[in-house]
Amino acid sequence: MRLEEDFATRLKAYEGRPAVVAGVGKDPVNAPMIRHWCEAMGDADPAYTGPDAIAPPTMLQVWTMSGLSGHAGRTQVYDELLALLDEAGCTSVVATDCEQEYLRPLRPGDEVTFDAVIESVSDQKRTKLGTGYFVTTRMDVRVDGEPVGTHRFRILKYAPAGKPARTEPARTEPARTEPARTEPATRRPRPVINRDNAGFWNGVARHRLLIQRCGDCGTPRFPWLPGCNACGSPEWDTFEASGAGTVYSYVVLHHPPFPAFGPPYAVGLIELAEGVRIVSNVTGVPYDKVRIGMPVRLAFERYDEELELPVFRADDGRGVEP
Amino acid sequence: MRAGTELPPLEIEITRTLIVAGAIASRDYQDVHHDAELARQKGSPDIFMNILTTNGLVGRYVTDHFGPAAVLRKVAIRLGAPNHPGDTMVLTGTVEEVDGDTATVRVVGANGIGRHVTGTVTVTVPNGDAV
Repeated sequence: MRLEEDFATRLKAYEGRPAVVAGVGKDPVNAPMIRHWCEAMGDADPAYTGPDAIAPPTMLQVWTMSGLSGHAGRTQVYDELLALLDEAGCTSVVATDCEQEYLRPLRPGDEVTFDAVIESVSDQKRTKLGTGYFVTTRMDVRVDGEPVGTHRFRILKYAPAGKPARTEPARTEPARTEPARTEPATRRPRPVINRDNAGFWNGVARHRLLIQRCGDCGTPRFPWLPGCNACGSPEWDTFEASGAGTVYSYVVLHHPPFPAFGPPYAVGLIELAEGVRIVSNVTGVPYDKVRIGMPVRLAFERYDEELELPVFRADDGRGVEP
Repeated sequence: MRAGTELPPLEIEITRTLIVAGAIASRDYQDVHHDAELARQKGSPDIFMNILTTNGLVGRYVTDHFGPAAVLRKVAIRLGAPNHPGDTMVLTGTVEEVDGDTATVRVVGANGIGRHVTGTVTVTVPNGDAV
């Protein structure tokens, strides 16, 4: 879809841009923080104590952490990227990968500086946690200008798929509950009407769903096109759909949320009794009760003072699972 | 030090204290690592261990085995099933490759719901060819 492509392009534009410029560690490498770390990890390695102590190499990132007092050196670019993902509903974050290379040990007294670059922003991914994007940064850590290590870090910014059951800790997958429906904030996009499809929209305005029919071979076609798919003839006339149809296929859209739509909602591919198919909303039934083969009937739904669209209403509940 | 050598497993009880102590020792104040209520609001059944703690435990597992002279060169980990309080993580490791005194160790940490961590650690052990 166009909007998704635009969004992907916007995200890709962040690749190669700086995430941190001239960051400075909040504390020099120091014995107390090393000791607290070793206590937490249960690490009794004698290399980390005494007059010649080194810091555990796996603490590399710790010396760059901002703690509670704000991010040292983080760029507006990186904040923008995170904000963009937040706006797309990907408000949760989880770290997924950490790759560190240690060039020399860090010792108490070392003062680290660091720079980081946004290495990559993934395409949209579906994960068990939810749908989101992986953002990979690479950080170079230095002491006195000399490299001491590199730290590649990957996070998943995602829209949570569902909330877990509260009482019993989930052992396999968190139990799904209904995500909150987001209310449309703006108006739906307008259809693009041109001379090839104007007749269709004239029909909609009169609550008639018009199907084209080839003037030569008689093959019905939808959506409206200037020529016949079967024989290529430019001759055509129209006839009105009876309004009966069945759900040929469907998807449920949860994400990304577009301003004018309130996910989750079902988008159906409806096979009309006349043999052509139309993409439309399935209404009158919860989004998760739409089923392939479900009988539906044409209705016209008004969205605002000028926009009215053909939709398909589940046919009196027949075919709906109890 | 030989390719194929298996490190003895290390069992780590995932207590609430370990998760919180690890988060604070790594200066990671993300609420999901210490505040169960906020963690639940974000779709997790409870708080969970942060990646820096996992990284530290993986490093410790390897240096514990090879001794204080061992020098970590690289640690690369990927997280899977989260470490929640009350679970136990069992770290296992296999020496995959040995090049002189440097070994590549494949590490897996499994908990009650799956693989919490998979990773590779490169470690140099002076005179390690004799180990």
